[in-house]
Amino acid sequence: MKIVVLVKEVPDTYADRKLSLETGLAKRDGGENVLDEIGERALEVALSYADKHPDTEVVVMSMSPATAIATLTKGLAMGAASAVHIVDETLLGADLGLTAEVLASALRKKGFDLVVAGNLSTDGSGGVLPAMLAELLEVPAATALSTVEIDEHRVSGTRASDSATMTISALLPAVISITEALPDARFPSFKGIMAAKRKPIEMLSLAGLGVDAERPDGARSIIIDITEKSARKAGVKITDQGDAGEKLAVFLLENRLA
Amino acid sequence: MTDFSADSILVLLDATPSGKLANSAAELLGAAGTIGTPIALIVGSAQLAEDAANLGAATVLVAEPGDGLTIPTVDALAAALELVRPDAVLVAHSVEGREAAARLAVRTRSGLAVDAIGVSRDDEGVVAHHLVYGGAYSVTSAVTFGVPIITMRQGAINARAEAAAPDVRKIDVTASGKPAASIDSVDAAVIASTRPELRGAAKVVAGGRGLGSAEQFALVDRLADVLGAAVGASRAAVDAGYIAQSHQVGQTGVSVAPELYVALGISGAIQHRAGMQTAKTIVAINKDADAPIFEIADYGVVGDIFTVVPQLIAALEAKK
Ligand SMILES: Cc1cc2nc3c(=O)[nH]c(=O)nc-3n(C[C@H](O)[C@H](O)[C@H](O)COP(=O)(O)OP(=O)(O)OC[C@H]3O[C@@H](n4cnc5c(N)ncnc54)[C@H](O)[C@@H]3O)c2cc1C
Ligand SMILES: Cc1cc2nc3c(=O)[nH]c(=O)nc-3n(C[C@H](O)[C@H](O)[C@H](O)COP(=O)(O)OP(=O)(O)OC[C@H]3O[C@@H](n4cnc5c(N)ncnc54)[C@H](O)[C@@H]3O)c2cc1C
Repeated sequence: MKIVVLVKEVPDTYADRKLSLETGLAKRDGGENVLDEIGERALEVALSYADKHPDTEVVVMSMSPATAIATLTKGLAMGAASAVHIVDETLLGADLGLTAEVLASALRKKGFDLVVAGNLSTDGSGGVLPAMLAELLEVPAATALSTVEIDEHRVSGTRASDSATMTISALLPAVISITEALPDARFPSFKGIMAAKRKPIEMLSLAGLGVDAERPDGARSIIIDITEKSARKAGVKITDQGDAGEKLAVFLLENRLA
Repeated sequence: MTDFSADSILVLLDATPSGKLANSAAELLGAAGTIGTPIALIVGSAQLAEDAANLGAATVLVAEPGDGLTIPTVDALAAALELVRPDAVLVAHSVEGREAAARLAVRTRSGLAVDAIGVSRDDEGVVAHHLVYGGAYSVTSAVTFGVPIITMRQGAINARAEAAAPDVRKIDVTASGKPAASIDSVDAAVIASTRPELRGAAKVVAGGRGLGSAEQFALVDRLADVLGAAVGASRAAVDAGYIAQSHQVGQTGVSVAPELYVALGISGAIQHRAGMQTAKTIVAINKDADAPIFEIADYGVVGDIFTVVPQLIAALEAKK
């Protein structure tokens, strides 16, 4: 079985994330960029299946700036066999529609039995890409899974949507997306880190994928205005001397909050 | 030929497994009403059409549900889009809604804007307003041409539309035949609580790892009840099993913007703040004076929640 795991490189959420007020794009130069945590969990789903089924090939794929090699290498060190890196200058500021077209075309080119994605990235947090990919690839999508079971022909799991919990399943080939209810990823071992240096990373460009970033017949979503909100300031801070509960009650009542 | 008004806004209304309109319906129709004439689409029971009209839908289109996950809804949306030719399509940013919107955008080559907290018109059409990175930035987005498909954050819209006389029409949908996952069983989420729903709540009391156990998390519930607030939690509290994931506030949970947010035993990690820092008033109680939550709290108490909160509850009850 061939499993392709989609991983995104995102600005580290433990740091302050910045948008450029000129372009509306994430400032990727300032802070640290990391492999999105949900992408690591997605990779863990694939790797734990591969642990039990040695004939499984796990590929990590990312559309990201040229500098994102480190995040793909981390995926290889965790245990993926190879990586696909889609890099193209014209992808700067790609919207959801273009991102989906590019990834779908790369997935078609590489082939897959199962695509594993996160349900929601931590920067765009659109939560829509896996469904878009399934629509483009004409395969079923089993999304927002908090448990996953994979066998040779089928994938199934628990889907927690807004008003219900359901059990869903799909025949392979399929796209799935997983939630953070699934386990944390394993750490790369020393052996894994050494082995990663010899594993292949294939680079793909838009020309190679036959995708035109400026195709005229598809509408794009663009940012037309952006403003930074002033940061919140700290107010009163008291240390409890035995009466803090009473003081807080007064504060809430005076401000008509209780 | 259609007889839909030129400023029509097509709105997909989610239905719950128990056969009601989702809470997002009033918000979506309210938002649509601020920019045009709301036309609702319901995939399912025609009995909900009257409720939709009461919430402001000028016309309610009803399509038969089909089998499989999401695809029948997308097929119905595509048919309604063709029929109504609206200025925009609004869909809830629920798991179901946003995936239907996403597929519709792919299928019709339309521009997609997600997680909007408002919509308005400029000279060129409907634009969407977003809060990005936990509310640190306000962003306005537009599509380059065509009909924008916009998903709206649940609990973020206060506008409500005036009730309309029911005008209900059944529409025919041609199945696309796109492969869908199958739904093998459904458990309607049990909402046993009489407390307000977290999304859109005016007040939220949230608990973190500092609560220490599922039993002790009841302290959060008690304060919430005294204040008439919804209950929220940090991811650490969810991971520790103190409370269900649907209560998680933050970047990968629910985003809230209440009048009052009370954080109990929550350190204030940046991913938690991303979901609550646009609250009007933030109160925090934490025994660590250096906890980052104090950087954004309007009223911070350095103290033990197990002594401060019971005293607070007693004081509030005494004043009532
Ligand atoms: C204000 C703003 C600024 C933006 N700035 C940038 C920017 O500077 N640079 C930029 O690239 N995008 C930017 N985007 C766009 C957005 O991040 C992309 O559309 C993104 O690639 C996909 O959207 P998402 O992260 O919301 O996907 P989601 O639907 O939330 O992602 C779900 C899953 O899809 C997979 N996935 C998503 N994206 C990729 C990817 N690129 N490669 C591999 N797998 C992926 C992952 O498995 C992920 O867990 C910006 C968006 C906004 C709103
Ligand atoms: C990609 C990603 C996404 C994430 N998404 C989210 C998210 O959506 N929401 C979220 O919340 N987190 C999220 N996190 C996790 C986040 O980084 C923190 O780990 C989490 O918010 C910590 O929760 P906490 O404050 O309850 O726990 P801790 O950080 O352990 O804080 C507990 C606090 O309780 C205080 N305390 C202990 N006992 C008492 C007492 N008796 N009285 C008073 N105070 C006491 C302590 O001083 C401490 O400050 C995410 C992380 C990542 C990497």
